[in-house]
Amino acid sequence: MKPPAFEYLAPATLEEAVAALGGEDAKILAGGQSLVPMLNFRLLAPSLLVDITRIPGLDYIEDWDGGLRIGALTRHHTLETSPLVRERFPVLHAAMAHVAHLAIRNRGTIGGSLCHGDPAAELPGLALLLDAQLRTTQRTIPATDFFEGTLATALAEDEILTEILLPALPPGTGWGFEEFARRSGDFALTAVAATIGAEVRIVAIGANEKPIRLAKAEGLFSDQSSIDAVAAAAQDEVSPDSDLHASADYRRHLVGVLARRALKSAWEGAS
Amino acid sequence: MIKITVNGVTYEREAEPRLLLADFLRHELGLTGTHVGCEQGVCGACTVILNGDSVRSCLCFAVQADGGEIETVEGLGTVENLDPLQQAFQEHHALQCGFCTPGMLMTGVDLLRKYPLATDQEIREGLSGNLCRCTGYEHIVSAIRSVVENGR
Repeated sequence: MKPPAFEYLAPATLEEAVAALGGEDAKILAGGQSLVPMLNFRLLAPSLLVDITRIPGLDYIEDWDGGLRIGALTRHHTLETSPLVRERFPVLHAAMAHVAHLAIRNRGTIGGSLCHGDPAAELPGLALLLDAQLRTTQRTIPATDFFEGTLATALAEDEILTEILLPALPPGTGWGFEEFARRSGDFALTAVAATIGAEVRIVAIGANEKPIRLAKAEGLFSDQSSIDAVAAAAQDEVSPDSDLHASADYRRHLVGVLARRALKSAWEGAS
Repeated sequence: MIKITVNGVTYEREAEPRLLLADFLRHELGLTGTHVGCEQGVCGACTVILNGDSVRSCLCFAVQADGGEIETVEGLGTVENLDPLQQAFQEHHALQCGFCTPGMLMTGVDLLRKYPLATDQEIREGLSGNLCRCTGYEHIVSAIRSVVENGR
């Protein structure tokens, strides 16, 4: 269908954008790759769209004490092809290959994906895995507190995500990212990301109403010999839904299989 | 009033905010080479190139493209003088009904510019966002492969 009518504003500064969000039933438009389909389906009918893509200085990937600071308007394709991302967060680089299709990656932004909060999207899960700090126009929110549920985040109506801070991974951290989708670039039926370094972190994507860390499974990890038991625990720790793409049982089974593979890669890559 | 350059020609038009770029191209400019399929970003038929990047023109409002440069299938070649990618599509029988073809071509243009496309797997992944119900994709992959091999 065609989207419902709305007013459109493309402010030049964050201050103007925040002011515009204050009064009306407004939505932020960044890359638009999740918002515009929802408008076309008429699932949403905001009275105002605030296009933040004309605000300068929100599109960058820079060093942050050995980690990275990433501007919220950085496009997926920029992340996918960034040498800094590949070098410092190879797990994020690997995950980007699964994010939608080229034409979507050319438009979609990291900030947009995080704020949309789709439980099956890769970037919210990676933010959780990498202990991201999400800087907004009001405060800094740890990724663990940012995602509240399906398409729900901790952001206030007039709050704009501006920067994603990724702390450096300890040297020698191994990683694994495993996703299963029907077609390359489609939303994950489920995905599992893991790192093994100073600590073990396991995140399941598309298996709950939001991406989750699998703390119980993490606690069972000791070395390579524990991987099967950890994967079994991971499978028990998620509560996926059934939909037309896959049953809950199938998704749960996938979490176990993908966790085993991700942990095996992470263990082999760790030093 | 917005100003958009399409295939080297600059147009200034009124556009209400909710007008999709696809509809702007087709209805306001009469450039009906860009096809509209699903209007939800799934089928890829409406793919055009905006400021050097392939985009879904059904997931972009015309106002967002204000000041931008667009390439559509009309800018590729003519019937008498096909672009090498169009020529390859013809030679490899990479289309039947032709509905998906403008999107396949513009996606192909972006893939050829951005990726080495060393393997058919890479081409297939690159095309995974474009649906074709006629060809089974095999011939589209062959057409793009032949352009990779014969120099871009």
